[in-house]
Amino acid sequence: MSEPDPGPRRSVGAASAAIRAVPRSIAAEAAPTENNGIDLALQLARPGFQLDVQAQLPAQGITALFGPSGCGKTTVLRALAGLERAAGRVAVAGSVWQDDAQRCFVPPHRRPVGYVIQESALFPHLDVRRNLDYGQRRIPAAERRIPLDQAVALLGIGRLLERRPAGLSGGERQRVAIARALLTSPRLLLLDEPLAALDAARKAEILPYLERLHAELAMPIVYVSHALDEVTRLADHLVLMAEGRVQAQGALVDLVVRPDLPLASADDAGAVLPAVVAEHDRAHRLSHLRLAQGSQGLWIGEVAQPVGAVVRVRVLARDVSVVREPPGATSILNVLPVTLQHLRRDDAVVTLGLRTGHGPAIDGGALLLARITLRSAERLALRPGDALYAQVKGAAMMR
Amino acid sequence: MNLFSPADWLAIRLTAELAGLTTVLLLIIGTPIAWWLAHTRSPLKPVFSALVAMPLVVPPTVLGFYLLVLMGPQGPVGQLTQMLGLGRLPFTFPGLVVASVLYSMPFVVQPLQQAFEAVPRRLLEAAATLRANAWDRFFTIALPLARPGFITAAVLGFAHTVGEFGVVLMMGGNIPGQTRVLSVAIYDHVEATEFDPAHRLAAAMVVFALVVLSTLYWVNRPRGTHERT
Repeated sequence: MSEPDPGPRRSVGAASAAIRAVPRSIAAEAAPTENNGIDLALQLARPGFQLDVQAQLPAQGITALFGPSGCGKTTVLRALAGLERAAGRVAVAGSVWQDDAQRCFVPPHRRPVGYVIQESALFPHLDVRRNLDYGQRRIPAAERRIPLDQAVALLGIGRLLERRPAGLSGGERQRVAIARALLTSPRLLLLDEPLAALDAARKAEILPYLERLHAELAMPIVYVSHALDEVTRLADHLVLMAEGRVQAQGALVDLVVRPDLPLASADDAGAVLPAVVAEHDRAHRLSHLRLAQGSQGLWIGEVAQPVGAVVRVRVLARDVSVVREPPGATSILNVLPVTLQHLRRDDAVVTLGLRTGHGPAIDGGALLLARITLRSAERLALRPGDALYAQVKGAAMMR
Repeated sequence: MNLFSPADWLAIRLTAELAGLTTVLLLIIGTPIAWWLAHTRSPLKPVFSALVAMPLVVPPTVLGFYLLVLMGPQGPVGQLTQMLGLGRLPFTFPGLVVASVLYSMPFVVQPLQQAFEAVPRRLLEAAATLRANAWDRFFTIALPLARPGFITAAVLGFAHTVGEFGVVLMMGGNIPGQTRVLSVAIYDHVEATEFDPAHRLAAAMVVFALVVLSTLYWVNRPRGTHERT
């Protein structure tokens, strides 16, 4: 039962990558300064739970609130929407939504947000079309920036309009819920684990739509998730949360490789590297990507994007090993000169931070992670600054 | 139609009027009470729940007795109604309406409360983020989703008022066209050993109850709307 729309399903990557360069410039115009973003200072005390969050989120791109269950990320999102009453201050793009010092609290129905949660919150007594109309009808006509046709096309729900929510699959429901939120032309889209209730196939079905959203609407999105693969695929900016506090915040590509954060020691730890498609080797079904940082490149399984497309690859730490000398004959396609930047030991496992390039060339190089055993690390007598060769066994294109 | 005597017809009409008016008033009064009970986090909630449920437990004669005392010439409510120029409520139709509203309250408030509690909070929150204010959310989301609860509440409120006896006898007595409702009429017939008219009225009430409840269960039956594609 495939969708007839020509959208992301047919050529998932191609569509999203081709238009990916566009939104940045639009977003940049709309938000010339960082202060135009989201300012949060929230405190909340509940039995067994303390929330104390200070964060500045950018006004563009996708920001992920990431952390284990119960770390308070959903509470932060609900406070942003006005559904939760935490103490403190919330300001978005210069307008104050909450400021306890001035006894100001904008109720949820006056906040220009789109809010989508994990379970379906479609109104069961209304068909899809009337669900979509619900929010759109309640904003002044002059403020409707997103027409119904665009939202319907963007999420590929044209066929579903006359159906009732009970007759939709989980993935379809979430797409309708996202379209419904978009139709209020929000200034900010809040997504609370919108994929968590879906199986892997449904997730794969929706992710391209989210990427298109990001690409075509230039709407800042705050995305709550505890799934690292979703986050590495979607997010530009990351706010790491633990036990009600912000552990770190910054660009995703920087945070995933920071040795002092738990992300680098997670099972599926790895570097996320922006890259450009440099060439295709059709005969061997391979594509060569030039990393945005440094002068190195990677061969990966053939991708659909054209030469010149901006993509994002993920190299898992467990897929990278190191050798001291350049290997002679090897079946491994990607052997990169790297310089050891840092080591992090967790029990009998060592995670290495490797900057691509040797000598002065390492300035501006990309940072890879490698996971090796403590025994190997000792045998190689690794020290920061060592010139090594990283053998990359696998890399996956995220988008 | 001489199935019932004119006096009995009068009692039937009076009963229908009493039950109809009581039901309408209870839906108006009971809805905010039920909404409040469904959503409050007040520590007083158990007290108010108990007050609403009292008529389920307290014998109707007890309720009627206290209403009589309260609304009587010396009672606080009685003095208030006299001061307002409304006269005395006992042994009048309006008095019966007031008594019936109190007596049938739980049969309306409880189904409504359950229906409101069953409306998922996330739907009301979704409506809020879709720019609907509190009234808007109530009328466009809560009310339609609680519809089966309203039907149940209306039917139970009506039927229960039709069947009241003890409260009426204590509060209203037996004034034809004023307070002589069906249950009192049946009682009168039996006391006068007029078993035939008593039988006809009683049987009519049994049939009425059966029809009402069957209709209710039919309207609120679960429908298979979960077709999947």
